[in-house]
Amino acid sequence: MSTPGNGQGNGLPAAVEVTYREAVNLALLDAMDEDPSVLLIGEDVGSDGGVFKTNMGLLERFGAGRVLNTPIAENAFTSAALGMALMGLRPIVEFMFADFLPTAADAIVNQLAKYRYMSGGQFAVPVTVRAVSGGTGRFGTQHSATGESWFMGQPGLKIAVAGTPAAAYELVRAAILDDNPVIVHEHKGMYGRKGPIVRGRVGRVGAAEVLRPGTDVTIVASLLMVGRALAAADELATNGVSAEVIDLRWVRPLDLPAIRTSVAKTGRLLVVEEQVHPGGWGASVISALARDGIALRAAPDAVSLRDDLLVPYSPPLEDAVIPTNDRIVGAALTLMRKIRA
Amino acid sequence: MVDDPRLIWLRRMVEIRRFEEKVQELFMTGLVQGTTHLCQGQEAIAVGAVAAMGPDDVFTNTYRGHGQALARGMAPETAFAELMGRRSGSSHGVGGSMHLVDAAQGNLGSNAIVAAGLPIAVGAAMAFRLRGEPRVALTFFGDGATNIGTFHEALNLASVWQAPVVFIVENNLYGEYSPVRATTPIDDLARRADAYAMPGLVVDGQDVVAVNGIVADAVERARNGDGPTLIEAKTYRYRGHSRSDPGKYRPAGELDSWKARDPIDMLAAQLITEGLLDDPARTALEQSVQAEIDAAADRAADAPYAELEETVAYVYAG
Repeated sequence: MSTPGNGQGNGLPAAVEVTYREAVNLALLDAMDEDPSVLLIGEDVGSDGGVFKTNMGLLERFGAGRVLNTPIAENAFTSAALGMALMGLRPIVEFMFADFLPTAADAIVNQLAKYRYMSGGQFAVPVTVRAVSGGTGRFGTQHSATGESWFMGQPGLKIAVAGTPAAAYELVRAAILDDNPVIVHEHKGMYGRKGPIVRGRVGRVGAAEVLRPGTDVTIVASLLMVGRALAAADELATNGVSAEVIDLRWVRPLDLPAIRTSVAKTGRLLVVEEQVHPGGWGASVISALARDGIALRAAPDAVSLRDDLLVPYSPPLEDAVIPTNDRIVGAALTLMRKIRA
Repeated sequence: MVDDPRLIWLRRMVEIRRFEEKVQELFMTGLVQGTTHLCQGQEAIAVGAVAAMGPDDVFTNTYRGHGQALARGMAPETAFAELMGRRSGSSHGVGGSMHLVDAAQGNLGSNAIVAAGLPIAVGAAMAFRLRGEPRVALTFFGDGATNIGTFHEALNLASVWQAPVVFIVENNLYGEYSPVRATTPIDDLARRADAYAMPGLVVDGQDVVAVNGIVADAVERARNGDGPTLIEAKTYRYRGHSRSDPGKYRPAGELDSWKARDPIDMLAAQLITEGLLDDPARTALEQSVQAEIDAAADRAADAPYAELEETVAYVYAG
């Protein structure tokens, strides 16, 4: 796509340590500074920095013409963003909770994703959808989904998942620069996490990132699971297991080449996702490797929401359903014991 | 005489009527497949409203949308080619009957999802407002659309944003196979504007001059920054909902009573009364349009199909 490289050696500023929330905020700020056609719309996006405070200072800096509060009407304001995009603007649509995406399923599936195709390529649809995703917040069943795979079967869309502050910055920037509809999932359990970002660096669309090299098992994770996979890798190392951790970064398009390269080295694959396994990106990754027909050292495995369950409110129950460091470590060690004859 | 816009409108309405009749014929021969939703009887709304648009204004509409596309200037051959799935169609055959689009003409496209075009028009209009451009978006939809949430979300959004948009509901008395009163508790759909603090106006959808006047006023209001308007045009579709619907649910005599107020006949009679047209001239006009439509359909039928690989570039830009 039309996104520039990773910024290394391009005279970009040095890395700064910020929270995931600040990374999102800076990505919005930098994108809006760079291009006056970029604007932010959604419920209370301009009210005191937005519900999750990702938009602090934007209304003051850019004014009410570029930070637009909307009624609680996701379907209409998402399709309105499409209309704005057809007329040359680059709207960013904020979904206060990813669980609300299905209320705009028509706007996302039938309009954003299909509009260019049905026009025979007459239009580009540069719309960014920011979805505040995921559990651990005790928000209950209708405010805790990641929703990261709900739309992965829909051509015309791109879907990003931010697992670190750097990814949050780089993926939001990449989505806004892309001429296609991109859904970016931000994990609300991570807004306070700190990490380094490089202002001005734009993520490459469709590129996963190896966050920790290893030789025995490949762990692919998204969103909050990235941090847990890294923690699990630390523990696995004390058990003499070298895990390679890949931050998925893009659900659509999937970076299958990066995963294949890693698995060719390790011979073992574990996918870790904060969603049920059926119909998700983890299943698609395993399916792709199965179709490759490459002999692995052990059958691939998945750590996902327990037992095809939904996310409950009760704190200990919510903690039990979402994959933990221990479950990741356990699954990886089991993979290590399985030796293909 | 030549400068009277009504003569142009008459020709456009005849063009739409003959186009739709030709589509029925092409279905019988298999050149058009799938489904199609025809607008015979409703031509005055498309022609009158589109004539009220400025060159930089835009519209969205529905799967019953051939009329607006032609009224805005899409060549019949291009539209036929799209319905026949040919590369020379407006969307190179990818879209079909329900998706006639011409970005260069401000035709942002017809939508196969009921009421989905409304918020798209609101967004386009809002882009104009935010940039301070004196442009307006129109959106056409049917009576059935006024019962889906998207309609209400879009009117509310347009009103709180004061978007320069004109909502035009073509009340043809039936939402698919159901009469309006079986699905809707009011007769005048324009009343729904009250809930969104915008003018709600009713117009005779068979009278192209009346439609043009009321839409022109609403466009002017929007252009002047005075916000959106809902216009209800009362009309009737001569055919069933879609290709597979013979319209048997309609009471005896209803169709004939509406044909007695045919929009083309009404305008022709007016022009004849005023001495701007006579019977031989009308006959000549009808024959000339028929010949053009027949030739356009023939040329479209001779055009090649696109290769599937060409459509890959339509999925993603860049």
